Formats: sequence, structure tokens, C-alpha cells
Amino acid sequence: MATVFLPMPIRRRIGGEPSLTVEGATLRQIISNLEERIPGISNELIDPELDDRVIRSMSAIIDGESAHMGLRTPVGENAEVHFLPAIAGGAPQSVTLPNRNEER
Amino acid sequence: MTTTEKPQEFKVVGTRPIRHDGVDKVLGRAVYGADVRLAGMIYGAVLRSPHAHAKITKIDTSKAEAMPGVFAVMSGKDMPLVASGALDLGETVDDTAFTSDRVMAHDKVVYKGHPVAAVAAIDQNTGLEALKLIEVEYEVLKPVISLEEAMAPGAIVIHEGLIGSDQGEQVKNTNIAVHNRLEFGDPEAAFDQSKTVIERTFIISRAHQGYIEPHASTVFWAPDGKITVWTTTQAPFGVRKTISALLNQPLSNIKVTPTEIGGGFGGKIPVYLEPLAAVLSKKAGRPVKIQMDRRAVFEATGPGPGGTVKVKMGVDDKGKITAATADIRYGAGAYPGASIGAAASGIFACYEVPNVRVDSYDVVINMSKTAAYRAPGTPQATFASETLVGELCEIIGMDPMEFHLLNASKEGTRRPDGPLFPRVGNEGCLLAIKDSDHFKSTLEPSAEGKLRGRGMASGYWNGIGNKSSVTINVNDDGIVSLVEGNPDIGGTRTTIAMQAAEILGLPAEDVHPAVGDTDSVGYSDLTAGSRTTYATGTAAIEAAKMVIDEMKKRVAMIWETEYENIEHIDGMFTNKVAPDRRFTFKEAAGKLGQTGGPVAMTGTVNVRGSGGGSFGTHLVDVEVDSDTGKVEILRYTAAQDAGKAVHPSYVEGQFQGGAVQGIGWALNEEYYTSDDGSMINSTFLDYRMPTSLDVPTIDTIIVEVPNVNHPFGVRGIGETSIVPPAPAVANALADAIGARLYQTPMNPGRILEALAAKKAGK
Amino acid sequence: MTLTPEQSFVRRVAVQCTLNGQPTEFLAAPYLSLLETLRETLGLTGTKEGCNDGNCGACTVNVNGRIVDACLMLGVEAEGKTIETIEGVAPAGGLHPLQQAFLEEAALQCGICTPGFLVSAKALLEAEPDASEQRIRLWLAGNLCRCTGYDKIIRAVEKARDQTK
Repeated sequence: MATVFLPMPIRRRIGGEPSLTVEGATLRQIISNLEERIPGISNELIDPELDDRVIRSMSAIIDGESAHMGLRTPVGENAEVHFLPAIAGGAPQSVTLPNRNEER
Repeated sequence: MTTTEKPQEFKVVGTRPIRHDGVDKVLGRAVYGADVRLAGMIYGAVLRSPHAHAKITKIDTSKAEAMPGVFAVMSGKDMPLVASGALDLGETVDDTAFTSDRVMAHDKVVYKGHPVAAVAAIDQNTGLEALKLIEVEYEVLKPVISLEEAMAPGAIVIHEGLIGSDQGEQVKNTNIAVHNRLEFGDPEAAFDQSKTVIERTFIISRAHQGYIEPHASTVFWAPDGKITVWTTTQAPFGVRKTISALLNQPLSNIKVTPTEIGGGFGGKIPVYLEPLAAVLSKKAGRPVKIQMDRRAVFEATGPGPGGTVKVKMGVDDKGKITAATADIRYGAGAYPGASIGAAASGIFACYEVPNVRVDSYDVVINMSKTAAYRAPGTPQATFASETLVGELCEIIGMDPMEFHLLNASKEGTRRPDGPLFPRVGNEGCLLAIKDSDHFKSTLEPSAEGKLRGRGMASGYWNGIGNKSSVTINVNDDGIVSLVEGNPDIGGTRTTIAMQAAEILGLPAEDVHPAVGDTDSVGYSDLTAGSRTTYATGTAAIEAAKMVIDEMKKRVAMIWETEYENIEHIDGMFTNKVAPDRRFTFKEAAGKLGQTGGPVAMTGTVNVRGSGGGSFGTHLVDVEVDSDTGKVEILRYTAAQDAGKAVHPSYVEGQFQGGAVQGIGWALNEEYYTSDDGSMINSTFLDYRMPTSLDVPTIDTIIVEVPNVNHPFGVRGIGETSIVPPAPAVANALADAIGARLYQTPMNPGRILEALAAKKAGK
Repeated sequence: MTLTPEQSFVRRVAVQCTLNGQPTEFLAAPYLSLLETLRETLGLTGTKEGCNDGNCGACTVNVNGRIVDACLMLGVEAEGKTIETIEGVAPAGGLHPLQQAFLEEAALQCGICTPGFLVSAKALLEAEPDASEQRIRLWLAGNLCRCTGYDKIIRAVEKARDQTK
């Protein structure tokens, strides 16, 4: 059983304790098991475009070190999992810059 | 958690060999970005926006194209904006659309110096003349320069398409790209229960990395679509990935050769010139070299962000911290990406803080996009927290060293942003300073008109691990070549070679390291994040172990015995069942031809981080001239945890270099910005970095608390040293003049104002 | 796009000087600085550009015994002068004691400022063979280094000073 500290935005929304205990041998399993307790959390945490890792504005930290194998990173018994903002501010989820080259 | 304390014995690690690339560098023969010379090479020049915020209403390059000596001209239409997407650069993930817009403007310019066009010509002067013939019309918009302006409701929005994130909620029509909050416990309740609570607001200046070598890139786009790049960069594979994304070219068609690099500190991670040179080369059919001039380096590349940091801290009657909160706001520049994440993680990392809340804001303003600058985001935040701690200690009458020790984070402490610390060197560094001659010495009284003071501060940076690839080839004469993919900004090719030498049982001189191009070496993440000696060293160790293992097999063949009987001890191959048979590495290497093919092994790793990071504590004595406000640094000692120092001279060098950058930031460095968003002090004369006269000897103390992720205990150390200096100087100044400054730089003008205010009894 | 013969012929100036101990003749473009002339016309890229306005010392050369920033001189001004660049510091086939000391003391990290420092330090020790640490720091204050914090550079110059006294 790992202790998972929920990302701040989600904690803020659902309230309650900052952490829960969750089963899972890999980060992917942990998130998938979290989905049962907090429906919709998978979509918030996982970005399919990014090679099986969490969304780009976040870092998944397992026992104090970043999840170097993305969602495949093993999670040991009694591990701690944190979801923290990425080192740089992180580009927001989506952005469209107006492309007006055609109009010139 | 216990760790075995038996110290490892090393033969090479911990010694001080001459660096392998040293002779070329002292002869002036090493090839840096601007030194590249290719047959048929022509010279690029970049036209940059004079406005910080404007629409481009017309751009006509026809006259420049027609000028004799001009081979090609480009503008935004030649490098169409790409769609938004993830650009994973290893340490950070940028956005492709923003990067595409940043390197060449499209419909709008958003910072002074924003490229709007570029030319390639027969020589540099012709190129500069040609720029004058490019006609650009702008509709000037009001620039948004200050954080207050940018964050105010109803502010002018710089990017209409930007969707901000406010603690996960999407926000439109904003310049606040990101607002994060981290929180544990209940700070408000804890403040109410505290004996003493203080809150202060700090303003930290935008500061440039100040590398002496400007950016320079040469690109040849061949008729078969192969793009070859020679560039001064910390991230050759990142450059490859970025060019591929921006110009929509296959990754494998792009080969990046990193030249020797004249300083980086994070500022040479992003691309600036490479895509422009590539497009020009395609048009011209020639290799194109572009060199940035110093003014463009200051105005149009990425310094570390300035901003405001508000900090509040409460303590009980013993001086134990009960709660701390912070509000961190950084001006990211024209595109999002200031390092607020690291700032929020680092601001209170030196302490056990049971109740904490940190709000951090990444704010877009009309200046060049900031980039990483050595422990990005953390020097600014720590200036605030450690200077606040200094003042708090004064108020409660507690010795700062005792305060630091009482509250020090250690193994098992929960970092303010959540994860638990493993065994780290925070207390080790504090005690090293406490035990130092400097700390024990008495500050001599100063002469008439001068004021002396002493101050300390701690700091922290958590290094990354990530991917590296190292190949080792064994030569017949027992010398090995080693190819790795990390540009060498501070001696890392040697520290990597030393780690391989340790495993191989060779002297450091017998390992010949080279930094390869992106075709010649496996993928390697960038030289940054304090990762190179640690992570690429680990890959070198892997490769070396594989070499030894293969050589054991070959030696077994030669001696006609079982592989299991062969040992490699103290640099010798021996046979367990026939102890009189021994080979040195050289002897074994000379016989490999009869046993199969050559021995060449590649170690690849994707390592975890640096085992909790590197802590440091700095101590400084200053003397202030009360007539001029000038500060002299009398004495400086920097202690920092290196885990295991591979080459102590280069570890000391990192401590000293970061300390002096921090001193510069503390006393002199800032962007003087006019209302229209121009940096007025964009030369080394007015952007005043320390000279040899401005600093004394920087004494260093290497503390070693091993990083469990590395076979020798190596920690990444390159960045932490810039974190403690500014608050240490602020605390020393407060001790000297009896008044506090809450803003960098603490230059003579501000010191005189503080002295005058104190005299007036304010 | 190609230049006419008249356009391509800029009135270059024939310059004769002594460069790194050798009589040297070349055609200097009158609008190029000595720095640009060394690097582009003469192919000597050891002298580096850091700022091009005389504020960093990366382009330090020795002209008639005096250290100057090559970006603040014109190439045509080399006429009749004795010039030493980093390429002339080492004796044939060896290293100058300063270069050796820089290597032993780890006085370089990225190395871009090193040529400028070596030219300055060589002139310093020739003028003041017994220079104190303060004099060394003063002489070298025109050379910026961002990597080392200067400490090991000073140690290296002191070492070379002690060896050559």
C-alpha cells in the first residue's frame, strides 16, 4: 500500500485529507486505482501525448525522486507518491497563438 | 534508515588530474561556437524588434534580398507558427507554439529584441547593412512590464490565446500563466499560537547568467534534407528535438555537434539562432553562421526572473518554527515558464516547517522569456526566506546558527512541498561552518567611516538524474576512449572519465573522453540540473563494468580457464586457480585481437535524482563605507554537500563560481528597465558583474554525505552555491549598518538610503 | 546576389606588423576591428569576442607591451606594431608556466575567458615579477570571468609568479 498525496488542485476541489493509501505496483496502477476513489482523476493526471507520463505541468515523485520511467515506474510497498508542479512554471494545458500569416 | 558507514577507498576519484581538454583551452585552440569555419560559410544577422509590444502590420524584405552580397532573407512567413504541443527538454517541458513564436515573431512582437527577420550575407558587415533595408511597420501597443500591471484585473493581455491555470482551473484573458498553491497543515492557526510572527516583502531583480561567450550557431541544410548544426549549447539533443518540431523535419535528419561552450548556467538550454540559421541555409544553399552580439544576449535571451516574494514565519518561545507561508511572483517574460515550481519547493527546504502554504505565480510580461539560471527560481525565493530568518533571529535574540540547527531539515523531515528527505547534508554544512576558522574568528573592528558585519545563510537545490549514454572503446595499447553526450562547461568530461578510470583500474590520463555529436553517442539529457557528473558518470561506470566483464571473458579464453575464475582487483586481472597469472589492463588489451572482436561497450542509464539534493551554508564578512555605500567583501566561506567529490578542484570551483554570481546579484546586478520595456544597462559596463577586485579568496569546505543513488555517493552540486550568497550578504549588511534591505541589488544607493533613514530615526 | 567586381573590392590596406614574433603582412579591411581582423582575416580564433565594447577583456592582446582590448582597436592600427595574441604565449612545443599553472590549479571551467587572462597575466608578470595578490587582482580586473569566481585564477598566477621569480 502506497501513500499518495493528491495534487493540490484536486485536494482543493474534493477537500478532506491530503493523502490516501492506495494499492499499486507501478505509477500507472496507482493512478488507475485512484480512479475508483476519485472518478475522473486519470484524465487530469495523464497526458497520452507525452509518452506515458503525467501531464507536463506536473512531476510525479516517488519516495522523493522523480518517476524516471513515467507511468511504468515501480512503486514499492510503503512508498510515498507526490504530484508536484514541474520545475519550470510549465506551459498551461492548451494554448492557441493566433496565426495570422495568411492575413498579411 | 541506516547506511553503512564504511568509507570507500578510491584510487582516482578524489584526486586532481589535469583536465583532458585543458591544453587546447590554454592554447586558445579549442573550438567554441564562434570559432567554427566551414567552406562556403556565409554570415547571418538578425533584425530585432525595437518595441516591447507591437503588432507587425507590414514587413517588406525585398530591398534586402536585392542587395549585392545577400544570399537569403527570412521572416516569420518562412518559419510558420507550429501548433501547441509538448517539447520535452528533459528538465522542463516547453510549448512548441510558444517556442516557435519566441525565436521568430509572427503577427506580433512581445519583447524588445524579438527577432522579426534575418539575413545571410557574404560577410558580417554586409549582413548588418542589409538589415537596414528591411522595412517593418509596427502598430505599437502599450507594453506590460511590471508584475502589478500584468496581474491587475483588466490588464492588457499579451497572448490572447493563452489559457492560464489557477490551481488547476482554466482561466482565459490573463497574463497569469500559472498559479500554484501547496499547503500542509494549518498555517493560520499555527501563526495564532506562535510567540513571534513576522512578515516581509522582498523584491528581487531580474539577473542574467552573464556567460562571457555570446550564443553562436552554424547550420548547413544540405540538398538531401540533412541538417547539420554546430552550436554552443548545453543540450544538443534538445536542440535537435526543437529544430525538428519547429521546422517540421524528421529528428534523424538533424545532427547537432555541440562546440566547446563558454558558459551556460542554464541560459544555453533554449534555442535562439539555430532555427533561423537553418532556414537561411536552406534558402541560400550555404552553411550559415549567426553570432549574437552582447546587447542581444542581454535583451533577447533568457535571464533569471525578477519578482516579489512575500514571506511570513512564526516561531514558538524556543525559536522552533511553527508555520511559514510565502507568496512568490515571478515575471516569466513574454512566454510562460518561470521556475516557480522549484522556488516553491526550495524556499523553506532548509527547515522543518509543520504548517506551510506557498502560493506561486508565473506571470507573462513584455520582456524576453526567462530561462534557467543556476538553481532556477531558488536564489530569489531564498533571498526572501533566509533574510527573513536573519531578521527574525535578531528580533527574538537568537543566534542564527543555533536557529538554523534547531530547525534544520534532515532525514525524515517532510519537505515543505511534501516528499520526505532522505539522508542529506544540511546539518553537515551548518556544522562545518560552525566549526570553521571563519566562524570562530572575531570580526575585527573597522576604521572610522566604515561599518563591518557578518551574516550567514543556507540554501538547497535538488538535482535531477535522467538519461545518459556513454561508450567506452578499448585500444590495443590499453588506453580507452570514452564518448559521452554532455557539453563540458566545467570539467565534466574529466570527472566522467575519472569515474570510468576508477572502475577500469586505470589512471585518469588513460581514459580519453570526448563529447560526441547526436549521431555518435546515444541519447543524453542536457548538461544542467546538476546532473552531469552524477548521471553521466553513472553511465560511464556502467560501461566500464561491461568492459571489465567482457575482458574477463577474453582473459579466460587466453588462459584457457573458466570465466568464473577470473577476478579484476586493483587494476589486475588474476586467475583464482593459478595466482601467478596476472595481466594488467594494458597487457590484456594488447591481446584482445586473438579472442574475438574489439571491446566496445555502451552504458545507458535513466537514473533517479540526486538523493535529496545538495545543501549549502555560506558565511560572509562585509565592510560598508558609510559615505559611499560601497560594500567590500572581507571574507567568504562556502560549505556544501558534494556526496563524494570526484575532482575536488572542480567541486571547489563550482562552489566559488556560484558564490561570486550570488554576490553580484546581491550587490549590483539588475535590469534597469525603462517604461517602454527596454533594458537600459545592456552592456557589461552597466550590468555590473564582479571582477577579480570585487571579491576576496572564497574558502570552500566540501561536506560529503553520500547520495545512495550513485555507486560512489556522488551528488550533483553545480547549482546550490548561488542560493545562499544574497541572503548571507543581506544579513551581514544588516549586522553592519543596523538597517535591513529587502531588495536586490543592495547597491550603494540603496545602502545610503537605508543609512540615512536609520539616522533620521525611521 | 553576386557582387560586381567593383563592389567586391573594398579598399583594403596593406599592413605590416610583428605578430607573435613573426613579421606578418596582410590586407586589412579598414572598418574591421583588430579583434575581427585577427579572427576573420588572419584566422587566429584564440582571441575571443565577449562583448565587443571593451568591457570584458575576452579579446585581450598585447600591443607594444601593453594589454589592450582588441575590439577597441582597428585592424589597420596594427601597422608597425608588435602584437602578441594567445597563440604567441606558449614557447614552441611547450607551455608557458602560466598555462601550466592554470591547468594544475584548475583555473578554468568553461575556458572562454582563459586566453584573455593568460595574455593579461603574462604582461603582468613581465612588468611586476613579484606582484602581490592585490596587484594581481588589480591587473586582472579588466578580464571578466563568470565561472570561477577568480579564486583559482589568482592561485595559478601566484604559482607561476613563484616559479619564474
